[in-house]
Amino acid sequence: MTDIKKTAGEQGTPPAGPEAIKAIPVRHYGRYVSAVVALALLVAIVYAFSQGRINWGAIPDYFFDDRVVEGMGKTLLLTVLSMAIGIVGGIVLAVMRLSKNPVTSSIAWFYIWFFRGTPVLVQLVVWFNLGLVFEYINLGPVYKDEWSDFMTPFLTALLGLGLNEAAYMAEICRAGLLAVDEGQTEAAHALGMSHGKTLRRIVIPQAMRVIVPPTGNEVINMLKTTSLVSVVQFSELFRVAQDIGQTSGAPVEMYFLAATWYLILTSVLSVGQYYIERYYARGSSRSLPPTPWQKIRAHLTTLSSRKVSA
Amino acid sequence: MTDKLSKKQDTPAQDVVPMVKAQGVHKSFGHVEVLKGIDLEVKPGEVFCLIGPSGSGKSTFLRCINHLEKINGGRLYVDGELVGYRQQGDKLYELRDREVAMKRRDIGMVFQRFNLFPHMTAVENVMEAPVQVKGVNRTQARERAMQLLERVGLADRAGHYPSQLSGGQQQRVAIARALAMDPKLMLFDEPTSALDPELVGDVLDVMRDLAESGMTMVVVTHEMGFAREVGDSLVFMDGGVVVESGHPRDVLTNPQHERTQSFLSKVL
Repeated sequence: MTDIKKTAGEQGTPPAGPEAIKAIPVRHYGRYVSAVVALALLVAIVYAFSQGRINWGAIPDYFFDDRVVEGMGKTLLLTVLSMAIGIVGGIVLAVMRLSKNPVTSSIAWFYIWFFRGTPVLVQLVVWFNLGLVFEYINLGPVYKDEWSDFMTPFLTALLGLGLNEAAYMAEICRAGLLAVDEGQTEAAHALGMSHGKTLRRIVIPQAMRVIVPPTGNEVINMLKTTSLVSVVQFSELFRVAQDIGQTSGAPVEMYFLAATWYLILTSVLSVGQYYIERYYARGSSRSLPPTPWQKIRAHLTTLSSRKVSA
Repeated sequence: MTDKLSKKQDTPAQDVVPMVKAQGVHKSFGHVEVLKGIDLEVKPGEVFCLIGPSGSGKSTFLRCINHLEKINGGRLYVDGELVGYRQQGDKLYELRDREVAMKRRDIGMVFQRFNLFPHMTAVENVMEAPVQVKGVNRTQARERAMQLLERVGLADRAGHYPSQLSGGQQQRVAIARALAMDPKLMLFDEPTSALDPELVGDVLDVMRDLAESGMTMVVVTHEMGFAREVGDSLVFMDGGVVVESGHPRDVLTNPQHERTQSFLSKVL
C-alpha cells in the first residue's frame, strides 16, 4: 500500500537536480505489424464460427437448465472429494517414501509407479469392471453386498480419480518436503522439538510454498479430468451436456455450453489459487506481491499522475 | 535461571561436575575419520573457545555435544550424563528420539547460517520452542520473548520476518531463541562467520554480555580478539585432534606447538 503511493509520487514529480532526459523513443514497427496480423486472424476465426451451422441461440436456453446445474454440482463435488483423497493419500505416500523403513518406502514407490504408469481412463474402466474379480464384497458383520451394487458410478469415479491423484500428489509433496533446508530441521531439533513437531510446525509450513502452486494446477486439472468419468455412467457436467445434446438435437451446441462452464469454473479456481499462494509466500520475500486489485489501482494512479505532469 | 547460575558460582571449584566431558571421542563420515580421539573438559560457567583451520573437526565436535552427530567411539558427557546413550551395567543402550529431544532442551545452539524459521516473525521464532516443547502458555511466552529480544537489542524488530532483518539482527534473534529454553549450556558454531564485518561487533557484544551473566558457552570461532578477551579456556584443533590447549592469552600470545604457531601467524 505505502510503496504504491511512493512510486506514484516519484513518477508525479520530476526528479530534482540535473534536468530529466527528453528523447524520442525508438519506434518498433515490427510490433505494429504483428499486432495487426494477430488481430486480423482473430477476427477471421470469430467470423468463421459465427457463420458456421451452429445454433448459438440454443446455448443460453440450456445454460441454467436444472440438469446442467445439477451436473455441475456433481462435477464440483467429485473434484473436491477426489482431490481430498489425493492430497491426504499423497502426504501419506510422500512420508512413506521418505521413511527410513525400506518396506514402507518400497510400497510407496510401487504405488506411485503403478498409478502414474497407467492412464486414468483405463484405471476407471478397470475399477468399474472389478466385479469380475470380486463377486461379493464382504466386510464381515459391517457390510456385505454384490460388487456391482457396491461399486456405484460415483464410487468408481471417486476411487479412480482419487487414487490416481494420490500418486501425483505424493511426488509434489515429496519435492516440497525435500526443498526445505536441512538447517531448519537441525535448528528445531536443537531446540528440543520432536520429529513430529518439527515436521508439523517447521517443515510442512515451509514446504507448502513449494507444494501449493502445483497443487492448484492439479485441482484445475482434476476439474477437467472429471469429464472422463462419463464413461462409467456418472452424470456429471459433460455427461449431462451429452445427454441433453442427444435429446434436444443440438449436440455440438451443448459441447460449447460445457466448455463455457468449465472455463468459468477453472477461472474462479485460478483466482483462489492466487490468494492461497500469496498467503504461503509470507516471510519468504520482503514485501508481498500486490493483489490484482492493488495492481489496477496502482496503474490508475500512475496514469492520472502522468496526465497531470504532461 | 539466575538463581541456578549464582548457585553454580558459589560452589567450590574442585568437586563440580564438568558441563562437558569428552574422553577419546571418535567420529567418522564413511571412511573419513573427522575426530580422532578428543579429550577435553568444560567447567560450568566457563567460556570455552575452539579454534582451528576449517576441516579440523571443531564444528563436528560441537554438533556431537547435542547429538546432531552420533559419535563412533569414546564417551561424551554433558552435565555428568552420557550423550545419546544410557549405560546399564557394561551395556550401552541408544536413547529414543524422545529422550534425545528431552536432553537437547537444556542445550542452546547458535548456527553459522542462523537457521531462523522464515515463516515466523522474530518474536514467534523466540516463542516457538517454549510453547511447543515446554507447553508454556502463549501470553507468558510472548512476554518472555520480548524480554529476550530487548536483551539482544531488537525489541523494536519483534514483528519483522527474518528476511526483513540484517544478518547481525538475525543472529541476535537466533541467540534469543536459544536462550528462551533457559539452557544450561550454549553452543556457538562460528556465529559471526556469515556476517558482514560491520555487523560482527553487535553479535559479539551480546555474547560477551551472556558470558558475563555466567552462562557456560562452547564457542567455535575465528574471532581471536573475542577468544582472548572473553574466553576462559581455548583449544586449538587440527586434523581431528586437540593440538594445544590452555588459557586463551597463553595459547594465542605464546603458542608452544609449531602447527599452532603457523595457524596463528596467518590469522592474527
